[in-house]
Amino acid sequence: MSAWKENGAKRMFQMAAGMAVVAVFMICGFLFANGLPAIHEIGWLNFLFGQVWRPGAEQFGIFPMIVGTGVVTLGALVVGAPVGVLCAVFLVYYCPKQLQAPMKAIVNLMAGIPSVVYGFFGLVVLIPLLRHWTQTSGMSVLAAAILLGIMIVPTIISVSETALHAVPQTVYEGALALGATKDRAVFFTVLPAAGSGIFCAIVLGLGRAVGETMAIMMVAGNQAVLPNGLLGGVRTLTSNIAMEMGYAADLHRQALIGTAVVLFGMILAMNALMAWVKRRIAS
Amino acid sequence: MKSLTEDHRMVKKIQSKKRKRISFGQIVVWTSALLTVGIALAIVGIIFWKGIPYLTPSLFAWTYTSDNVSLMPALVNTLLMLVVSLSIALPVGVAGSVYLVEYAAPGNRFVHLVNLMVDTLAGIPSIVYGLFGALFFVQFFGMGLSLLAGALTLSIMVLPTIMKTTQEALREVPALYREGSYGLGAGKLRTITKIVLPAALPGILSGAILAAGRVFGESAALIFTAGTLAQVAGSVTDSARTMAVHLYALSQEGLFLNETYASAAVLIVVVLLMNGLASWLAKKAERRREHG
Repeated sequence: MSAWKENGAKRMFQMAAGMAVVAVFMICGFLFANGLPAIHEIGWLNFLFGQVWRPGAEQFGIFPMIVGTGVVTLGALVVGAPVGVLCAVFLVYYCPKQLQAPMKAIVNLMAGIPSVVYGFFGLVVLIPLLRHWTQTSGMSVLAAAILLGIMIVPTIISVSETALHAVPQTVYEGALALGATKDRAVFFTVLPAAGSGIFCAIVLGLGRAVGETMAIMMVAGNQAVLPNGLLGGVRTLTSNIAMEMGYAADLHRQALIGTAVVLFGMILAMNALMAWVKRRIAS
Repeated sequence: MKSLTEDHRMVKKIQSKKRKRISFGQIVVWTSALLTVGIALAIVGIIFWKGIPYLTPSLFAWTYTSDNVSLMPALVNTLLMLVVSLSIALPVGVAGSVYLVEYAAPGNRFVHLVNLMVDTLAGIPSIVYGLFGALFFVQFFGMGLSLLAGALTLSIMVLPTIMKTTQEALREVPALYREGSYGLGAGKLRTITKIVLPAALPGILSGAILAAGRVFGESAALIFTAGTLAQVAGSVTDSARTMAVHLYALSQEGLFLNETYASAAVLIVVVLLMNGLASWLAKKAERRREHG
């Protein structure tokens, strides 16, 4: 009786653990089963490299959105990555003790703010500022990149901080003992030693940037065309899905699922890259 | 003698000079830190400053009308969403973590696979969850835009958060506890339910609250699964607009800017309370480990 109970419990726990595997397979299965036939029907090249997205005319080219995601993500990295990494360096090597706790609380606060709130902030503060300075509508690549850059800072800070802490203290002290100034010791010995960890931080930030939907949708303008410069409007893969999912039908709907397949592929590629770097750190 | 004190003075002078000189590195890192803090405070500050004066009683009226744009139905729906989604995700996530930590042999291939899948789930963008939920729960299972479809979608989304924190909490329970329990004649199942899980409870709770924070802030995964109906959901099959979706809808309408600020302020406060509670519990768990 007792053995039966023990075994039953074990099986139950195992099934619960398997749910994560089941969930991933179901999500993959449903996306691919719905998306791939549509991509095939539209034609792989037409879908991935077609420059016209006009669902009414059965034209489904997502190239503008792929470029849009790329440009906005890259912009977010330019804005967010240096600030995030330097903030982590500040927290680990330069921050006075009394400031450490409040600084961390503020980073946690930034990480906790929901993306709609960031989007709303962008809409009511960032967009009017840009509109004023540039005399355009303000809804642009630039607005999305700045907002997204702010959003990925907490991720980059917390992961880089862990990476910096993982560098042995002897590296820092050795550099000081050889006569390096504090700056040189930190920026030329510790930072390179934490290189792969910081790379992971940036890739994680990248993942967050690629997947972000609502905040970008609220500030990017969402024109489904190749962005003409920093001040042009842009639509990303994520906002393409969110914008049109509500009313899409038939092939249009499946093309949106195809968009999700492409997005999913990008995320998987990034995860694989991260796993590879992590394995390299471990070995 | 005199020269010695002079030397001493000289050394001090040089030292103080050295201390006062601000290096380039210092300037750069302080600037980034101040920038980050400044932006964070600006976001929260502006929203509070513009929103708090408009926290009027009519904003908390039980029914939403297009005049009062009450956030009450959305707030209640968010709580309902939280209860339903966590009551699905928490048992599954905790039980799964128990298997991975307590039963499976270390280095087991199944454990490796599950953790790989957990990492994959954590990386999937919320709009993809929304799309999946719309295809699977809303259409395939015919639930329609409903609280249940939204909660099921979210329960998959927060599963990685719960499983990661629970595994960590379980691993930090000292092996001594388990051995003591076995030594007293308890079986494996009893040891887990009576000894290990209670000891890991604060860690598990902090994970649950982190998950709750995500439920509160989520919008992209809910618009196409739970819908945007601004009424308190009477049952799990009703469409239900949560706070984050409410905020999105209001800011898209753009008609009630003051009320939108106020709703954003409420959302921030709720999420901050959740995160504060989670980190307080995590700290408490840590203290208990140190003293235990």
